[in-house]
Amino acid sequence: MASLLEVRDLHVHLGESHILQGVAFDVPQGGITALLGRNGVGKTTTLRALLGLVPRRGSVRFDGDSIERESTHRIVRRGLGYVPEDRDVFAGLTVEENLKLSVRNGSANNGSARYDLVYELFPELQERARQRAGTLSGGQQQMVAIARALLNRNRLLLIDEPTKGLAPALVADVARLLERIAETETALLVEQNLAVVRRLARSIVVLDQGRVVHTGAAADLEDEALVHQLLGVGHAA
Amino acid sequence: MSTFLLLTITGLGLGAMYFLVASGLSLIYGLMGVLNFAHGAFLTVGAYTTWFAESKLDGISSVTVRFLVSALIGLAAGAAFAALIELVLIRPLYLRHIEQVLVTVGVSLATVALVEGIWGNDARAYTVPGWVRSTTHLGGTSIPNVTWIEIVLAVGVLGGLKTFLRYTRYGLIIRAGVENRAMVTALGIDVRRAFTLVFAIGGLAAALAGVLAGIHFSEVDPARGTSLLIFAFIVVVIGGLGSITGSAVASVVVGLSQQYVNYYSSGIGDLSIVLLLALVLLARPATLAGRTA
Repeated sequence: MASLLEVRDLHVHLGESHILQGVAFDVPQGGITALLGRNGVGKTTTLRALLGLVPRRGSVRFDGDSIERESTHRIVRRGLGYVPEDRDVFAGLTVEENLKLSVRNGSANNGSARYDLVYELFPELQERARQRAGTLSGGQQQMVAIARALLNRNRLLLIDEPTKGLAPALVADVARLLERIAETETALLVEQNLAVVRRLARSIVVLDQGRVVHTGAAADLEDEALVHQLLGVGHAA
Repeated sequence: MSTFLLLTITGLGLGAMYFLVASGLSLIYGLMGVLNFAHGAFLTVGAYTTWFAESKLDGISSVTVRFLVSALIGLAAGAAFAALIELVLIRPLYLRHIEQVLVTVGVSLATVALVEGIWGNDARAYTVPGWVRSTTHLGGTSIPNVTWIEIVLAVGVLGGLKTFLRYTRYGLIIRAGVENRAMVTALGIDVRRAFTLVFAIGGLAAALAGVLAGIHFSEVDPARGTSLLIFAFIVVVIGGLGSITGSAVASVVVGLSQQYVNYYSSGIGDLSIVLLLALVLLARPATLAGRTA
């Protein structure tokens, strides 16, 4: 299967720390690729490096084009949507303004934002359009963060721990939503919840101490011994 | 009572000038994290360009029209100079705060030296319509008309800025950028354009303050930018870095305090402002990180 994203020898230094030490993996076209690993192994940094949000070195090819020297806004305009860890909604802006700000102009978006899709997925956001995002609950803020990305037609979605800190009922909602997204979009998903990953992912990439230690099909996660070896958790996790 | 009224209205006029300088300073810090010591230079460029244009536009017989045209040229020069400083000197130094401080201090010193080198140290005066230098009788006292102009223009700038921030796409980008600049770029927005725009707006408002200061103090002099900048910095810190409304409120508080204390305590108004700043920082240190455009 053709790769949409090819990452080779990706390095990130933050201060004295060598966070990513030659990370290399592919994201195939279609479906969800899960980026896994213990806490602090560089998963979030990898997503931020792909977007140019942290200084990085190495090769990143998106749909055949080198993007490692491009600025963040240009990379995003190629059709990369980003749902950050901790949501990063603009607290002082209303829900409506958060969404409005996210609409990308240009041919990649065909000039039309997908408000219908977003409000169908998150009707609550329409009701709370004039509410300041900072006053929303954690789950509602996560909706805003995901909605911001979904408003545009993305070729690749980078989603960082969308279920982090959410109540179990909301985790199930987010998982259902991601499942629906995966039907039409390609996504690179960082997620700690293995049950969610097993349900959604087509392929997996496992990081440890800034390096890729395993790539393969999501079915590999059925191997309890391998999961324990790679992630330090049992099958029930 | 009439003295109190005079002090209050002239204090508001002084606050209006502080706000015009502080508003741009506050937005620039809030959005870009740049402590812009060159902001006083924008004021100087605006004030001197207005004076220079006025001296060259003697073909316009009406004093009012000549001054208004000159002032518009001065404001445009202040905005253009500010945008140029951002594009040429600040943009290559994003996130390098020490270098930004050094460069902006350098621009400030160089601008004053350049103005002194070209036009000398002597203060210059605008030729303005007579009614501008006149007074209005109110409540048993005579209020300088320039004070009313300062207040009206500052309120206009405040309203204009709030409208711009609230209802325009760039205003939205600036408000979001003040909160989280990296996330704005991660939405595919070239936030650098907003940086240049904010500098230009700040330069325009500072140039307006420069022109008004030239009328208020009856002279245009090379050091005016630096002296007003100090109070503008105090206003920005008290009002919350990045907050336009905070700057407006703090400008009024600083302007009024300065006038009252100067009159009732034999000229220690400036000292009182520094003490006010110290009190605010002790009571509310978080004001240093306040961010809401």
